[in-house]
Amino acid sequence: MNDMRIGPVAWVARHIVLMAGGIFMIAPFAMMVLTSFKPQSEILTADFHLLPERWALIQNYSVASQKGSLLRYMLNGLIVTASIFALQVVTSLPAAYALAKLRFRGRDALFGLVLLCLLVPMHATAIPIYILFYKTGILNTYGALIFPFALSVFGIFLMRQFFMTVPDDLIDAARIDGMRDFGIVWRVMLPTAVPALIAFGIFSVIAHWNDYFWPLIAVGDERLFTPPLGVAFFKENGGGTEYGPLMAAATITILPLVAAFLIAQRRFIEGITFSGMKG
Amino acid sequence: MTASPPQSWRRSATALSLAAPALILMVIFLIGPLVCVILLSLTNYQLGGSTLQLIGLGNYAELAQDPTFQRSLLNTLIYAAIVVPGSVLLGLGAALLIEADSSLRSFYRAVYFLPVMATIIAMAIVWEFMLHPQFGIVNLTLKAIGMQPHDWLHDRTLALFTLCAIGIWQSLGFNMVLFMAGLTSIPSDLYEAAAVDGAHGGLDRFRIVTWPMLGPVTLFVIVITAIRAFQVFDTVAVLTKGGPSKSTEVLLFTMYSEAFSFFRTGYGAAVTVVFLVIVLAFAALKTFFLDRRVHYS
Repeated sequence: MNDMRIGPVAWVARHIVLMAGGIFMIAPFAMMVLTSFKPQSEILTADFHLLPERWALIQNYSVASQKGSLLRYMLNGLIVTASIFALQVVTSLPAAYALAKLRFRGRDALFGLVLLCLLVPMHATAIPIYILFYKTGILNTYGALIFPFALSVFGIFLMRQFFMTVPDDLIDAARIDGMRDFGIVWRVMLPTAVPALIAFGIFSVIAHWNDYFWPLIAVGDERLFTPPLGVAFFKENGGGTEYGPLMAAATITILPLVAAFLIAQRRFIEGITFSGMKG
Repeated sequence: MTASPPQSWRRSATALSLAAPALILMVIFLIGPLVCVILLSLTNYQLGGSTLQLIGLGNYAELAQDPTFQRSLLNTLIYAAIVVPGSVLLGLGAALLIEADSSLRSFYRAVYFLPVMATIIAMAIVWEFMLHPQFGIVNLTLKAIGMQPHDWLHDRTLALFTLCAIGIWQSLGFNMVLFMAGLTSIPSDLYEAAAVDGAHGGLDRFRIVTWPMLGPVTLFVIVITAIRAFQVFDTVAVLTKGGPSKSTEVLLFTMYSEAFSFFRTGYGAAVTVVFLVIVLAFAALKTFFLDRRVHYS
């Protein structure tokens, strides 16, 4: 479709429609950022101005980060998403390699199990996992936020698909050099899989940075809150009508992913398309 | 290539040791809980309580009589029935328009995709502010052009539809990029062939080439959007809590309230099973019928 020619009328119409739709798409972001610059008196007024007359940027952001302990939540979000992705790589890659490249009894059954598990939404297992964590005292720890996602069946599936395309010669050569299967996974397969891993990583980080359902169930201690829990907590505990600081908190919450997206737009869209198609 | 028995035995042992961590975690966090949630739905278990009795299909019989659950199921279906066509059609429209020409293409793509990335909890709070009955930009705009303002999130005839609009806003960019992948995989010689056969207008091209080629992708996008729509939770939990008067009660929120607010674990498990059956039906449709027909290189 890249070299399709469109006439001048269509050219104008395309921009008008896309601009109008774009305003609707971008409006919440613009409102959020602009409101986070305004003092309360300019927010709760029927007299709307796009830009603040008196800037309250520093005040709003410092209220958000002190009263809302926002930096703590951001750090928790970083710890949780990074740990989840690291564990997912460690648990999924060897399994994906075994499924793609080794012949063994029960391989088809194991792959069938992976396909079956792919269908199950995370919400369906929440009650039993909650009871398990309650009985074992894991609730209200970082572990409670991380362990249920230590394995991604989607990761196994995706990496298996990718490993199937890696030529067997590469593995045979490594074997001749005396490498064992465990070494092959990390020293031969992993380096070939970097593009697929990046796509999977983008998918995993977005899913877990933004997740609200499971953290809401798993932790009640404010010190363990992830950014979505934190911003909802800030809203419900006194911040609900302080729109300036609340919008500052919302801005900070979405900033890391949105900034990463704007920097590596193509990578993100490819990653999401790739995982969306397979998942 | 047939390996001798001890060698093949060793191969299997290696393979299983590589897959073992994944298999163990799958049993602990997926298979086990799945079996447990079905069993729990047949009991009257309450978290922290000491009794656990099998009550057969008692919870399901209660669900069938429970007005909150009925409302919740109906609302979830309405939500899906609006968000699925809304975000699929708008996603398709955005993809077609953006791909139709190269000017500002990546700018538009980024703008339409932005809501997919942004934490929905944070953006829901922004929407609530924009929908503020007195000072929100939505009502201020409506008043400025002489239209009636509304209390979008607290009016029980409107709240569910407001959540649908937010749902469409959030998910259309995701569908858009899936459609774009579908569009770029259409071989350009098909368009040339259609032009030779006399298809000149954009509409002709769409009817003869684009739409038939996009058919399987469209089915695929519809199904995954439906699966996601049935999982609506975040906006409800942070904006309306199922209210006003249960008008935005949805399945996952009912499940959450029963199991984690009222601690009626067995009953919450039964709601989960109903939710699971619906989602699995769509997911199975996708895996067994659609995945084979959608190919991207």
